[in-house]
Amino acid sequence: MIARRDYREFENHGPRARDAPFFGLTCNYLVAYYPDVFADEDKVFKALADSNRRFLLDRLREKGGLTLGDLCEGRDMSRQAVTKHLVLLEAANLVVTRKQGREKLHFLNPVPIQEIYMRWIGKFEQNRLQALHNLKQALQEDADDQV
Amino acid sequence: MTKSEFVYVTYIRTTPEKLWDALTNSEFMKQYWFGMSCESEWTAGSPWRLQFPDGHVADAGEIAESDPPKHLAIRWRNEWKPELKAEGYSLCVFEIEPEDGAVKLTVTHSMDRAASKSVEAFSGGWPKVLSNLKSLLETGQVVVSRTVDCRGEAA
Repeated sequence: MIARRDYREFENHGPRARDAPFFGLTCNYLVAYYPDVFADEDKVFKALADSNRRFLLDRLREKGGLTLGDLCEGRDMSRQAVTKHLVLLEAANLVVTRKQGREKLHFLNPVPIQEIYMRWIGKFEQNRLQALHNLKQALQEDADDQV
Repeated sequence: MTKSEFVYVTYIRTTPEKLWDALTNSEFMKQYWFGMSCESEWTAGSPWRLQFPDGHVADAGEIAESDPPKHLAIRWRNEWKPELKAEGYSLCVFEIEPEDGAVKLTVTHSMDRAASKSVEAFSGGWPKVLSNLKSLLETGQVVVSRTVDCRGEAA
């Protein structure tokens, strides 16, 4: 899941993946940092690029804490196929498991999807919210003027 | 299932000590938690409060277990929505495990009742907070920095 490398040297000055090209490739840490960020991301997109795996994520979105047996119901997939899909989803950190007695419970972990959302959409949402906020302030100032 | 529970995991390129500090330092927390801040001594039995930027108490409870920088459990109850407050206390557990130069943070939030509205409400906020926290620790910047007003909506 996480690249086998010590990242401490990147603290405080580690660039975001999307900023990396602007730093130029002369800095050694970029050479190390760059591929690993994308390796994690690749796993998420590959895991999502399959309707059966998205079906499993939807099942877990509806209800967390399902067992392998629960997840085998509702679609014509063998236990082996479901297991294989779950391994990929876990490797992408989209599914996390907890042991409860002898059972292994599966949960949807939306944090990697949230990161994708924040990266491409969060910024626009922030602008929209700022615009609404400015509009509200302007309207309130107008209203105050009229009083 | 008579329990409502969700589990979130994120891997952060930092140290357990820095992550513990980020979770328990009120000033640092404001940066990634949309202006919200916590007050606590962070030792077992001490009171805990999560406040909106305007000072209203959002959630409150007490520290159930504290083992820095590895394990923190908070008895956690919503304080501003009567229907959620009526459900009583949930348990929020942070587990911090070093993993090859990064740190695995697992957040489990649960309540011993089926279909808990509180747990559902808490579950909506965690992914944003965790991805902001990860970004802040790894790059020194948050992705979304807006603060929230006392209804939990963007101000």
